[in-house]
Amino acid sequence: MADLQTEHHEHEPEQHAEDHIVSPAVYAVILGALLIGTAITIAASYLEMGPWNPVVAIAIACAKATLVVLFFMHIKYSSKLMKLTVGAGVFTFLILVGMSLSDYFSRAWGQW
Amino acid sequence: MSSTILNLPDQSTATVPKRNYLTNENGLMSWLLTGDHKRIAILYLISITFFFFIGGALAGLIRLELLTPQSDLMASDTYNKIFTMHGVIMVFLFLVPSVPATLGNFMIPIMVGAKDLAFPKINLLSWYLYLVGGGMTLAAMITGGVDTGWTFTTPMSTHFSNTNVVTTGLAVFVAGFSSIFTGLNFIVTIHRMRAPGMTWFKLPLFCWSHYAASILMVLGTPVLAITLVLVVLERTIGIGVFDPTKGGDPILFQHLFWFYSHPAVYIMILPGMGVISEVISTFARKRVFGYTAVAFSSVAIAVFGFFVWAHHMFIMGVSNYAVLVFSLLTMLVAVPSAIKIFNWAFTLYKGSITFETPMLYAFGFMGLFTIGGLTGVFLGSAGTDIHLTETYFIVAHFHFVMVGGMLMAFLSGVHFWWPKMTGRMYPEKISQLAAVVTFIGFNFTFFPQFLVGMLGMPRRYAAYPQEFQVLNVFSTAGASILGVGYLLPIIYLLWSLKYGAIAGNNPWRATGLEWQIQSPPLTENFTTIPIVTQDVYDYEWLDAQKEHEVTHVG
Amino acid sequence: MSDSHAIAAAGEHEVHEEHPPYLRHHFVSMEQQTETTSFGMWLFLLTEIMFFGGLFTAYLIYRNWYYPAFVAGSHQLDIFWGSLNTLLLICSSFTMAMGVWSAETKRHKGLVWSLIGTLILGIGFLGIKTIEYTEKYEKHHIPGHNFDWKGFTNPTQEEIAKGDKPLAPDMAQKTEVYFSLYFAMTGMHALHMIIGIALLCGMLFKALRGGYMDGHIAFVENFGLYWHFVDIVWIFLFPLLYLISRHQ
Repeated sequence: MADLQTEHHEHEPEQHAEDHIVSPAVYAVILGALLIGTAITIAASYLEMGPWNPVVAIAIACAKATLVVLFFMHIKYSSKLMKLTVGAGVFTFLILVGMSLSDYFSRAWGQW
Repeated sequence: MSSTILNLPDQSTATVPKRNYLTNENGLMSWLLTGDHKRIAILYLISITFFFFIGGALAGLIRLELLTPQSDLMASDTYNKIFTMHGVIMVFLFLVPSVPATLGNFMIPIMVGAKDLAFPKINLLSWYLYLVGGGMTLAAMITGGVDTGWTFTTPMSTHFSNTNVVTTGLAVFVAGFSSIFTGLNFIVTIHRMRAPGMTWFKLPLFCWSHYAASILMVLGTPVLAITLVLVVLERTIGIGVFDPTKGGDPILFQHLFWFYSHPAVYIMILPGMGVISEVISTFARKRVFGYTAVAFSSVAIAVFGFFVWAHHMFIMGVSNYAVLVFSLLTMLVAVPSAIKIFNWAFTLYKGSITFETPMLYAFGFMGLFTIGGLTGVFLGSAGTDIHLTETYFIVAHFHFVMVGGMLMAFLSGVHFWWPKMTGRMYPEKISQLAAVVTFIGFNFTFFPQFLVGMLGMPRRYAAYPQEFQVLNVFSTAGASILGVGYLLPIIYLLWSLKYGAIAGNNPWRATGLEWQIQSPPLTENFTTIPIVTQDVYDYEWLDAQKEHEVTHVG
Repeated sequence: MSDSHAIAAAGEHEVHEEHPPYLRHHFVSMEQQTETTSFGMWLFLLTEIMFFGGLFTAYLIYRNWYYPAFVAGSHQLDIFWGSLNTLLLICSSFTMAMGVWSAETKRHKGLVWSLIGTLILGIGFLGIKTIEYTEKYEKHHIPGHNFDWKGFTNPTQEEIAKGDKPLAPDMAQKTEVYFSLYFAMTGMHALHMIIGIALLCGMLFKALRGGYMDGHIAFVENFGLYWHFVDIVWIFLFPLLYLISRHQ
């Protein structure tokens, strides 16, 4: 019955994943990191780095996004299933962008 | 065809159980505001049948026009609208929701041992979104139609068409969210609501197929949504994202559109494949051969399905390197589908096969889907595709997999689970006749289209060269037979609701939790949450059990 | 719906006894319900990733094709407003996280103030966006019939001093593609902000009346996930739209 099902669920580690309450101190640190990241990205845009400018900008944005996902959205403290879910979304996004871009970039390569 | 596994209760004493999900509550509001997945499934069944017949009528008009080489029944502009509406309705309002929203909604909670899907209100919302999308499509149709093809290709759809592109685009946008919510519900339910003992590898393959299709629904459909938004914006305000005169690229539209629409074909077929797994094992009395392979190949189809979309664009102006890569990947994606066909064939080997209606449809599926799939290889191979694309070969290919495949699987599933959903059996003889008529009609309709396509007849043209007429006449004749084959089930299934034999819990002596509860089920599905100890498709155990143990949980 | 507790297993009925009023009947325990709704919310966010994904794809392709036009277009955006908006959203993510913490630890005032803070920051963001959009309207940079690309072939003295170069007419026309994507992406983002703010108001209203203090905080947590996601979209939009080649 219901209790048997609960018993069953208690043995699944995933069920206890989100018991952890993240403390405000962690949030404050992450806020600081995000603000610093923003400052760096603005400053970096004023530096001449040739083709590396967009790379640096995206890299910093990815780092900030990762912090938000891990800590503000609690993924660090969540089950493997949640981590896998986020990964699947990012993966599919990269396929869309990457494979579409591969067509555009290779158009200039000519016939063969 | 004299042997049957049909196992009905004694008709002189049997009755449909008084308390079930249909009689639990009365009144229109109890249906319109229901959270019960089974009622929502029935609501969907009625709605998609309605749209199927509208789409079918449009198909009839297409075939009528193509009886003669001239564009004499209707002007070309009108013909464009007819095939566009046929495509939009059949793809978005019939095929995509057909098995998942009806059979999936009904069976998945029961199959995993739950009382309902994870989010019943979202399930109901999904149906209402479907109705809104369907209503908007009908409105677009009645007030002038759309003529861009169901593929909304730019710049026709953004600049040159003078028809209801915006309404139809938004209609599909709304219907897309219906699909997303269904898929979301299934993924969460299968992950989180399985009964004690129901491990992943004890799940019926029907669940695996729907899980895979749901991943596609959740990840692919939003890209279609944003693409349609961009088309609408371009058409209304004039942003230049796809407009070459403003620097946009029409091919970008196609990349974004097909990124969804290729996985969409797997959204359409995977649930059907799930049905076939259930039907073949039941009517061969044998465990599906290579259960793990079939389960993983479903997920593999879902994952690989995301990598091949540009095979719809070989001649459109993509780079040669893209053509090469996508063609190679397309060859790979055929493999998991083939694995399933082999596994079903090996399931039949040394099985105790009987030929009830669901099995007839399943056989039809296996043959026709295989032919359709094999012709897909010619299309995936870029060299041959250049000759065959935009001809009737393509039309025949996708009708073989979608109609010969998916629609047959849908009918197979509806017949298979009809006794469970309604408590009544459909009449066997006439339904077998309908299955055979459908099969014959289908082949007469669509096989000539392969030939006429190879000979060079282009698709989406109302007029064609004289030499193609004979094959077109064959095709139209077949279509009229096919129409009969589809009308018959409506008649006898409705008849069976009142006059059909009482089915009992498990008329097919099938495995699976859904056959261990009453027909029709209780609203809460189970009186006690089942504890699953049985392996899936364990026919040896089943045949050794007494009646009561076969048909009751716990 | 009928109560399916027909069979009494030996003894333990703790879960049945503590049956909270908000436990939906198709769930077995609060834990299952919470995990499930959270999972559902994440799947919805996946759809949002793919939804914005289409726009990012378009952006990346056209930035590659029309880089000078994108540079010129980007320089038309005020980096001050963009940076301030980024600041506001990041802080609002912090206040929202604090709101979730307050709900988890049953701090009523903390929750209310966090939600108010998030709301104010969110509205501030939209206010700044209105200022920016108005400016675009006045300069005829909204794509469509009134789009004026001529200003890019003849930049003003001020703009030249900041490093803007005159563009050839055909490249200058491509600034319309840049602004199309600018409005599509920030517009879609703003739409999500508006929806978020509406939900936030509802949540604040309920919190003011003492809600979310009984452990049933799924709405707050899942809204938090949504809000953080909208913040993440902006984290990418900001450098991609505002910070193209600011160095000269």
